[in-house]
Amino acid sequence: MTTRVVHFRIYRYDPDKDEKPYMQDISVEIDATDKKLLQALVKVKAKDDSLAFRRSCREGVCGSDAMNINGKNGLACLTDIDSLEQPIVLRPLPGLPVIRDLIVDMTQFFKQYHSITPYLINNDPPPERERLQSPQEREELNGLYECILCACCSTSCPSFWWNPDKFVGPAGLLAAYRFIADTRDQATNERLDNLNDPYRLFRCHTIMNCVDVCPKHLNPTKAIGKIKDLMVSRMV
Amino acid sequence: MSVEKYTFDAVIVGAGGAGLRAALQLAEAGLRTAVLTKVFPTRSHTVAAQGGVAASLGNSTPDHWHWHMYDTVKGSDWLGDQDAIEFMCRKANEVVIELEHYGMPFDRTDEGKIYQRPFGGHSMNYGEAPVMRSCAAADRTGHAMLHALYQRNVRARTQFFVEWMALDLIRDADGDVLGVTAMEMETGKVAIFHAKATIFATGGAGRIYYSSTNAFINTGDGLGMAARAGIPLEDMEFWQFHPTGVAGAGVLITEGVRGEGGILRNCHGERFMERYAPNLKDLASRDVVSRAMVTEINEGRGCGPNKDYVLLDITHLPPETIIKRLPGIREISIQFAGVDPIKEPIPVVPTVHYQMGGIPTNYKGQVVVPKGDDPEVPVVGFYAAGECACASVHGANRLGTNSLLDLLVFGKASGETVIEDIKSGNLRLKPLPQDAADRSLARIDRLNTAVSGEPVADVLVDLQRTMQKHAGVFRFAHLLKEGVARILEVEERVRNTYINDKSMVWNTARIEALELENLIEVAKATMFSAEARKESRGAHVRDDCPDTPEFPNGRNDKEWLKHTLWYREGNRLTYKPVHLKPLNPDTEPIALAKRTY
Repeated sequence: MTTRVVHFRIYRYDPDKDEKPYMQDISVEIDATDKKLLQALVKVKAKDDSLAFRRSCREGVCGSDAMNINGKNGLACLTDIDSLEQPIVLRPLPGLPVIRDLIVDMTQFFKQYHSITPYLINNDPPPERERLQSPQEREELNGLYECILCACCSTSCPSFWWNPDKFVGPAGLLAAYRFIADTRDQATNERLDNLNDPYRLFRCHTIMNCVDVCPKHLNPTKAIGKIKDLMVSRMV
Repeated sequence: MSVEKYTFDAVIVGAGGAGLRAALQLAEAGLRTAVLTKVFPTRSHTVAAQGGVAASLGNSTPDHWHWHMYDTVKGSDWLGDQDAIEFMCRKANEVVIELEHYGMPFDRTDEGKIYQRPFGGHSMNYGEAPVMRSCAAADRTGHAMLHALYQRNVRARTQFFVEWMALDLIRDADGDVLGVTAMEMETGKVAIFHAKATIFATGGAGRIYYSSTNAFINTGDGLGMAARAGIPLEDMEFWQFHPTGVAGAGVLITEGVRGEGGILRNCHGERFMERYAPNLKDLASRDVVSRAMVTEINEGRGCGPNKDYVLLDITHLPPETIIKRLPGIREISIQFAGVDPIKEPIPVVPTVHYQMGGIPTNYKGQVVVPKGDDPEVPVVGFYAAGECACASVHGANRLGTNSLLDLLVFGKASGETVIEDIKSGNLRLKPLPQDAADRSLARIDRLNTAVSGEPVADVLVDLQRTMQKHAGVFRFAHLLKEGVARILEVEERVRNTYINDKSMVWNTARIEALELENLIEVAKATMFSAEARKESRGAHVRDDCPDTPEFPNGRNDKEWLKHTLWYREGNRLTYKPVHLKPLNPDTEPIALAKRTY
């Protein structure tokens, strides 16, 4: 089988032994069947078991292996090795505290997600059967519900870097609009109230880094725009 | 090492579909509940389920729960317990409707009802014709379900311990279960979770095979913990090979593709399933389709330069259908097979997908073990649901869409049983034994202090290759026999692993070493159980048990219509009867018959 060598520069930091972070140069041999960055990273880990990163489904649906790849956020499992210049420079997602190596502390990210009441609110007594929703109404949720909470978007957003405690960020706002857009949800007003704040929603300056990096090809900027429109039309 | 103690009414291990559904039941009942999970809940492997969840809602074609029960019993090759299967099929509508009320974004029919598609092995009127029973959210049903369940748990204020790995089950001298030990990954800290009730919802162990649709995290942790604590594992010889994993990559392509009209073709372009299953064709049961594919490949009709895969063809479907109903599949095909299925067929091979066996439970979610003459005595304080459990609703072969249903029905049932058992006073907080954490601390200590040994990755790959070679789609007596010896050799090596990384902080090397200790238990259970079962049934088909007039399809009901129980101690095997009686005396049992599609 043909093998080839891939060169990496990887951000390393273990608070247990390292005074400060450093970049590690390491190369691994991969097989012809290794096409994705994650497969190569697994080989790196077989060579140096101290490299820490999260991973699970390896098919882009669990959202574990988000990292900064040659300067751009993405999922290792969906990134083609051949699409990358070498050495491949890997860093943890920017803007969140690093716990170790490529593992960041996502507390702030999930705190913002949780802040938008991320569940359907419908206070009518549940009917015996499903609540009806036309195919057209259901289509409104496409491009919203597919988010995998990988945090590629929020951690590529300068507004989130500046105010991670105050700005909900693209992932949280996409989720907020997912419930606003759902015809079964009855809390649109409360949801808009919750976001009507100079920081929570309005820190989005449509830089659109979120759209650029989303591995699921979702468009948080568009969803944020729709929330802003609703805010405005509610006022007049 | 100091060990912290937490006390709860209930501790749930795992936050996939089953764990989250159970958690919801307990949190809403106001019980103090801890959910331990190795990964953030929405990263659990339920997220990767694609095609749908079964329920006889009858939104598009007539349907009945008893037809669903018939299909499930037949699909199980009559090894499934009919009381549990009846319970599941009858509860299906209720749990799916609940999920819709939680906000699950199901696709819709023109009337606004939940969209349903046909699926393998599901039929109308006892096998007559395909039925539309699979409730779907495009081809992302698992993702939509897992997120909806997590969101509902946020509403219920469920308490999660995220990125905590459970290590061992705690049992006292009476054999009662008192909780688990667990490690916080971020700090390496070990704690005891002391509880009245412990629910395992730890998922499957598909990572015992080299080529698997399963996530890295699917390492059978619950099964390993149960086995080490003396609980037997049931029917572990039965592993489902999903017909359509992407060739070379292993990534799943849902059966929903065939539900929407996809066709499997060999190198001659022939729709070969017509020869193997004249009635349901490409929508026959998964074990049947997988064997047909391997037969085509073995007989030289595979595709590609090495003739080692077949093609899944949807090029005849309107592109709009593919874009609307199978968008995720299109993405996966482009990403992992390099083909756009609108224009080109997808190369696929049978790939390990699901473990039918697991921790033995009854239909209420109680873990049951033999004691004296009774083969099924509940273990006080211990419950299990989902893929890690064996209720047994899937028997020798699971039908597609029945796993998501299993999660909902038995996640909920186990939660309800725990509530009942706590309220009735049957469960109390028993004192912890002195040595509650000793086993876990010893396991960690060995890894921390070892100065030499074998790398975990090397042992893991040999474990996986051994399983792949010796317990595959078709099973051969001589390979199984040899496989038993091989896997015992691997076990020796598992005891002697070495990790270079000794850090306390997010030590993934240590986690992988601990996971390997769970995988080996599952691998042994599988190999010993498979070697011993001298018949062909469902997913377990042996070369020395062929189709004969006396034993149709090689199935031997006289000697082998029974569940296997494997004990870790001495690799001992015992057996227990299959429940052929439904739950309700008025329900018509599904009589034994030869299985054809």
